[in-house]
Amino acid sequence: MSDHQPMITLDGVEKRYSEDAPPAVERLSLDVHRGEILVLVGPSGCGKSTTLRLINRMIEPTSGRIVFDGEDVTHIDANDLRRRIGYVIQRIGLFPHQTIAENVGTVPRLLGWDRGRISERTDELLDLVGLDPSLYRDRYPKELSGGQAQRVGVARALAADPPVMLMDEPFGAVDPITRDRLQNEFLRLQEEVRKTIVFVTHDIDEAIKMGDRIAILRERSVVAQLDTPSRILAYPVDDFVDDFIGSGSTLKGLHFERVRDLELSNDYPFVRSSESRGDTRRLLADSDARFALVLDERGRPERWVDDEDLSRGDPSETVAGLGPKVIAMVEGNATLHDALEAMITSSAGQAVVVGRDGAYTGVVQIEQLTEVIRRMRAEAKAHYDRLRGRA
Amino acid sequence: MDGVRSWAGFVADNVDGVLERSLEHLTLVAGVMVAATLFSVVLGIVLMDRPVARQAALGAAGVLLTIPSLALFAVFIPLVGIGNRPAQIALFLYAILPILRNTVTGLGSVDEAVVESARGMGMGPLQQLLRVRVPLAWPVVMAGVRVSTQLVTGIAAIAVLVGGGGLGAYIQRGLTSLGNPFSIERVWTGTVFIILLALVLDLVLGLIGRRTTSPGIR
Ligand SMILES: Nc1ncnc2c1ncn2[C@@H]1O[C@H](COP(=O)(O)OP(=O)(O)OP(=O)(O)O)[C@@H](O)[C@H]1O
Ligand SMILES: [Mg+2]
Repeated sequence: MSDHQPMITLDGVEKRYSEDAPPAVERLSLDVHRGEILVLVGPSGCGKSTTLRLINRMIEPTSGRIVFDGEDVTHIDANDLRRRIGYVIQRIGLFPHQTIAENVGTVPRLLGWDRGRISERTDELLDLVGLDPSLYRDRYPKELSGGQAQRVGVARALAADPPVMLMDEPFGAVDPITRDRLQNEFLRLQEEVRKTIVFVTHDIDEAIKMGDRIAILRERSVVAQLDTPSRILAYPVDDFVDDFIGSGSTLKGLHFERVRDLELSNDYPFVRSSESRGDTRRLLADSDARFALVLDERGRPERWVDDEDLSRGDPSETVAGLGPKVIAMVEGNATLHDALEAMITSSAGQAVVVGRDGAYTGVVQIEQLTEVIRRMRAEAKAHYDRLRGRA
Repeated sequence: MDGVRSWAGFVADNVDGVLERSLEHLTLVAGVMVAATLFSVVLGIVLMDRPVARQAALGAAGVLLTIPSLALFAVFIPLVGIGNRPAQIALFLYAILPILRNTVTGLGSVDEAVVESARGMGMGPLQQLLRVRVPLAWPVVMAGVRVSTQLVTGIAAIAVLVGGGGLGAYIQRGLTSLGNPFSIERVWTGTVFIILLALVLDLVLGLIGRRTTSPGIR
């Protein structure tokens, strides 16, 4: 079992619900790597759920092979297979007549664990998904909110520590704010548990957020493009993908780059607010810049001043209080999308970058963002040209 | 008022007999109900995935209910003789429909997402049935059992006409001796104690239903 061997391989898998209808899944071949979140995304009815359910054989393939961790599982006992795979569906399907603890302990019970181990594991999982076991263990599903029920659904799927999780629109039935929180929690959880996850959604933004890789599917589960979110955004291979990811895809790509990875410009002279107007004016005149940055006594950006501001009053007075306040300001670990947003809200062509302590570290220019976009596109294109050249 | 007093007197003078007849009645009903419940629930489970057979069975059970009770009781005399036996068979047939219908409805109305997740976690068909479907359908099944018990407790009064026991004996003797002393009191005794028995049974079944239903679905 090498790390390079895919966790799941679909090998020419096909599903026909009936003889004369077109297949719901047509000769699909796909690898899911160890520890990745692979998102299947596509328009309604394209076969995402069918594809997902083929993996744990909730639906039997008409032809093709399913390989799980190097083992051909196309014909093994389906119940054995399912106990090795976590499964979360949109409508969750908690057992209403069982307590939360009993729900979470379902698969361990099926696997014949002893009681002590099950209850220990149950508490551990409730903790992991952020539900206090002492409060929730003995409740019934009807006493949970939608978001809490969804967390229990995830805990239940993780109960026997399966290497693989299949999730079919798991956050589809909750309000946008709860969904956002569940997504973030889940990504944090995944950092910890490092499962191999196949995640179905019809929401491209959710796909971009959750996926290490995204498979964009068209009719009959045909893969239109399979790649990292940033590469798909930078280089949609055809009109179908382009339409599906929709407008603003370029801007969405800026979510994947961080300000700290850019070379920040230091073209603007900067002074402490205790500096005199005259000295600052000379400093500004010696630089190529039209503005200078005034920092407070702890090095935090405060105001922009230009020559006109500095010419007012007595040259020996301090620069404190002169010029407009700095509005466009981001931390180094902000995304380029955050930086762009800051620039647009403050209608400035640049944003001031600060460290975690709030101290000035440099400036990012809007031209740098357009340059990044150009670079991402060029790289993605080169990547696909290479692939085509090889093919 | 005089009537009530003389009826009370009759009951007081015949306490032993009334209790004995009530016990007979209860035994008859209880035996029939246990058998009919087991039979109907199992039949309901078997019919769950067979829509055509299910419709046929429900139809047949419905037709049984329309047969006049005396006729249905009498039909079995040539086969099993007189006594409690023909009464048990007839009451058993009457008892089926409410339980069967509720079992089928209960099992069918279990949320598909719940069954899907049970299957998705690797429960086999029998585990899905016993751990998920039946416990979830249980309150509906029990409601059927209660209706059925009421029905059977009342109809069981006729058992006496085919040679069986029970509180029907008072009604029958009262009706056949109308005009004689205590005839009306006898009819009343049979009727009132059948109603009381039905109420007590309903109460007990209600409690059993509660105790055997998960708090999560109450
Ligand atoms: N049990 C079934 N019997 C027959 N056809 C089915 C069945 N399940 C799905 N299909 C068909 O297969 C195709 C793919 O369905 P599937 O549910 O996989 O789509 P999906 O991508 O998950 O859609 P959605 O985003 O709406 O959930 C559809 O045309 C659907 O009508
Ligand atoms: Mg679907």
